[in-house]
Amino acid sequence: MNAKKLALEIVTPLLVIALIWWWTSGAESYYYPPLGDIFRAFADTWVFERFSADVLPSLGRLAAGYVIAAVLGIALGVVLGRQPTLRRMATPIVEFLRAIPAPALIPFAILVLGVENDAKIFLIAVVCVFPILLNTIDGVAGVEPTLLDTTRVYRIGRLDRLRYVVLPAAAPQIFAGLRTSLSLSLILMVISEMVASSNGIGYFILQSQRSFAITEMWSGILLLGLLGYLFNAVFTLVERRVLAWHIGARAGAQ
Amino acid sequence: MLRVDHLSKTYGSGATATQAIKDLSFEIQAGEFVCIVGPSGCGKTTLLKTMSGLLEPTSGTVELGGKRVTGPPEQMALVFQDYSRSLYPWMTVAANVEFPLRKRGSKTERRGAVAQALESVGLDGFGDKYPWQLSGGMQQRVAIARGLAYRPEILLMDEPFASVDAQTRADLEDLVLKIRHDYGVTILFVTHDIDESVYLADRVVILSQRPTVVQETLDVPLPRPRDQVATKELPEFAHLRAHVYRAIKRPDSVAAPAGVA
Ligand SMILES: Nc1ncnc2c1ncn2[C@@H]1O[C@H](COP(=O)(O)OP(=O)(O)OP(=O)(O)O)[C@@H](O)[C@H]1O
Ligand SMILES: [Mg+2]
Repeated sequence: MNAKKLALEIVTPLLVIALIWWWTSGAESYYYPPLGDIFRAFADTWVFERFSADVLPSLGRLAAGYVIAAVLGIALGVVLGRQPTLRRMATPIVEFLRAIPAPALIPFAILVLGVENDAKIFLIAVVCVFPILLNTIDGVAGVEPTLLDTTRVYRIGRLDRLRYVVLPAAAPQIFAGLRTSLSLSLILMVISEMVASSNGIGYFILQSQRSFAITEMWSGILLLGLLGYLFNAVFTLVERRVLAWHIGARAGAQ
Repeated sequence: MLRVDHLSKTYGSGATATQAIKDLSFEIQAGEFVCIVGPSGCGKTTLLKTMSGLLEPTSGTVELGGKRVTGPPEQMALVFQDYSRSLYPWMTVAANVEFPLRKRGSKTERRGAVAQALESVGLDGFGDKYPWQLSGGMQQRVAIARGLAYRPEILLMDEPFASVDAQTRADLEDLVLKIRHDYGVTILFVTHDIDESVYLADRVVILSQRPTVVQETLDVPLPRPRDQVATKELPEFAHLRAHVYRAIKRPDSVAAPAGVA
């Protein structure tokens, strides 16, 4: 059963690749170069010719923006989650800020932070912080009251309570937020690099298109897909480890 | 040792206010096993939460060893009604029991205390399991072991066996009696099961329907050690049980003179 599932998950993508390969290799289309050429361009460009020129800066921005968003979102989320009054005061503000489409902030960010990394990191962080913040608030506010009462009965200190009770209890929701933000971070990285940039994967894709290097352009898109896939896989791995108890408890409850 | 003095508790205010407890006064001596019985919804959980300092009383006081309770006292542990919500699902059984001891003694001492507590509830060997891998009765044992390892002078238990099957319940009742014997801990045990209250207690405090007051306090002079079969066969047992039953079912006929204002 499991082997069959795995086979389906591997065979289907291979079939799709074969299909695209066959379709593009025959047609001499300018927009859809043969898949083999794209693979070759991929190897020539990214392994490891432009790796440090474009991939590393991109990954650096993404990591910085994401980490800032995670730290801010979780910290603020814990505070708001535990303080109903503060939460009520902050909710309209958070909802308003969240409603602003992030790309609208690009001109502002460039104006204030320049065209270097800072503006891009800012943009990624600003967008990624909200799913993490909102999920953390929900998770922290929703911690089982009996668990908190138990913690009080046994006179657990504030820090221990946060570290060993509140954060683990809210972890399933925090992870949901982190996952949403992970895909957002990749999107925002590309967008920010397509505006006023001098390197990065997004910049490379736009630049390739402008210089009619369509094959290279596709290789950049392919790279983004692979990166997103990889991030998600690693994230799932971490999540399964950290939330093993949650997965186990849920399976047991059924 | 523990004194409840004209305690009242009202949830909320204005039109939506619920008076959970009207006026309760009673006392528990050191070493005593006191059961509180009362109909469902009469404020038993509210009473325990107020006594353990989790809730502030609307009026009246709770005193432990002559000192007013304003927050959870160190000499007190509470086993909650709903064990499945009171154990930390991300901690193993041993970690759950050890968690309240974080600030006490060395690692080895704590390990020893945990092992001993788990053994006295019959769960040695289950320390590495997670609570959700255990049956309901076993989970409640973990909660009890956690209370024991904390070494309280007084253990409050809120209908701890309400959601386990009859056989497990009988086992757990005897476990509590044994623990009380071995550890010499004072126990305040809340239940709505009349048989259980008479079987366990030295004294039964009977609560009325809401608005909740103490209906009656009843001494239980049954011999110890108690036995699920022999004790329950005693004519005195049947008599006491019937008495509690009547007090709960027909409050006015038993306690009318005292209660009327
Ligand atoms: N947090 C709360 N807010 C408002 N009302 C509450 C709250 N907790 C309990 N009550 C009300 O107070 C009354 C007493 O509740 P409590 O849980 O103390 O009763 P109980 O005797 O423990 O009941 P049970 O036997 O079902 O456990 C009930 O009418 C309940 O609806
Ligand atoms: Mg209750």
